[in-house]
Amino acid sequence: MKLTIGAVVEPGSTMVTKTGAWRTFAPVVDHKKCIKCSLCEIYCPEACIHQVEGLFVPDLDYCKGCGICSHECPRKAITMILEEK
Amino acid sequence: MMKIIEGSHAVAHAVMCCRPDVISAYPITPQTHIVEHLSQLVADGKLNTEFLTVDSEFSALSSLVGASVVGARCYSSTTSQGLALMWEVLYNSSGLRLPLVMTVANRALGAPLNIWNDQQDSVGARDSGWIQLYAENVQEAVDMTPQAYKIAEDPDILLPVMVCMDGFILTHVYEPVYLLEQDKVDSYLPPYRPAVVLDTANPKTFGAFVDPSKFTEYRYMQWDAQIRAKQKIVDAALDFQKIFGRYYGGLIDTYHAEDAEIMIVTMGSVIGTIRDCIDSMRAEGIKVGLTKIRSYRPFPAEALQKALKDASVIAVIEKDTTVGNQSALLTDLKAALYNSKLRMPVLGFTAGLGGRDITVTDIRKMVEISSRAKDGVAESDYQFLDLKKELL
Repeated sequence: MKLTIGAVVEPGSTMVTKTGAWRTFAPVVDHKKCIKCSLCEIYCPEACIHQVEGLFVPDLDYCKGCGICSHECPRKAITMILEEK
Repeated sequence: MMKIIEGSHAVAHAVMCCRPDVISAYPITPQTHIVEHLSQLVADGKLNTEFLTVDSEFSALSSLVGASVVGARCYSSTTSQGLALMWEVLYNSSGLRLPLVMTVANRALGAPLNIWNDQQDSVGARDSGWIQLYAENVQEAVDMTPQAYKIAEDPDILLPVMVCMDGFILTHVYEPVYLLEQDKVDSYLPPYRPAVVLDTANPKTFGAFVDPSKFTEYRYMQWDAQIRAKQKIVDAALDFQKIFGRYYGGLIDTYHAEDAEIMIVTMGSVIGTIRDCIDSMRAEGIKVGLTKIRSYRPFPAEALQKALKDASVIAVIEKDTTVGNQSALLTDLKAALYNSKLRMPVLGFTAGLGGRDITVTDIRKMVEISSRAKDGVAESDYQFLDLKKELL
């Protein structure tokens, strides 16, 4: 794909450009502990935690692994796990 | 029509003739009279433009980024600390390839606080991707304004342009100026019709996030557009000459260059003094000439190699310094000569900082130092020409 002057592209380019690869730690949710308060979803600065079939699930295509969800979770249901590739 | 007019008002008139859609600016000495007069022209109904009065220079240039992407022809003007406050937006606007035009009324950068003229402000922005043109006098600053739009808006270029004019010396002087005629400007400068604009009916992302796999290529495209702008700057000057009859050179101009042993290289209003000096020194048999830089960015390396090839010594005089190295134009010029195999001495002189006048005596002193270097007498190759050693 040829580049455009001034980086003018079709809208929604972040749907294509995944930005989760910078992550070192990934959030892992223990759904048994989760009380569905949605604080993780509210606090996530990437807005990448969504409810999927009633469960709060981080979208690892965009999660940067900042750990704010884990820090804010009142039930300590989210653990940050070192990802090794 | 020729009129005795203040430099700032003449430039404001030239901007009006370019029919900008949006002007956004914040007043700062010595630029104030330009935007003050533009605001008056709007208030008087003579200029139909959206005039934004904003809270800072950062907002001034940022608002023009927004206006430019919807397809507006935009103008701003600033100087010194105001230009410094625009820093982030300078890079954003050139990276976004927006054809903004801005007059910089050159002034020293603090500290110490100083409101007078030198060129440290715009010279410091030389790497921001903006094209930089330097005017010798008010007439050239006026005539460069439509030329700047012509270059900036060329679909092959699309880069912002700074028209640099020495603060006070040119902004506040009253001199005879041929004001631009609207019909001639209209025939010289067609309306701005960008290929892509921000439009809710056809949404696009402007200035998208670019990761390491493509960033180099975007920077290269910007660099390449500046290099290609060299020919466009020459063409814009020649096209202007056809309609208006005035010409100041393309990327550079020369004066008594034909047999010059000592060649002075500089930019801006000091050239007026230097021309007079050359006239009197030539009458005394001193073979001195001038090469004037009109375009500092893109840097006219090839034109300078050609213009300077027969000189025995080159004297670069400029109103800036690079603290920690030599001055900017000097080092740029030496870089342009190094691989060209030209090996005459190149001496650098910083002068006229913070509004100190560069006098005929200063120019003669510089020529004498350069003449000794021509004859093989080694001296410091960079110095503050008008330094008052007794104060140190």
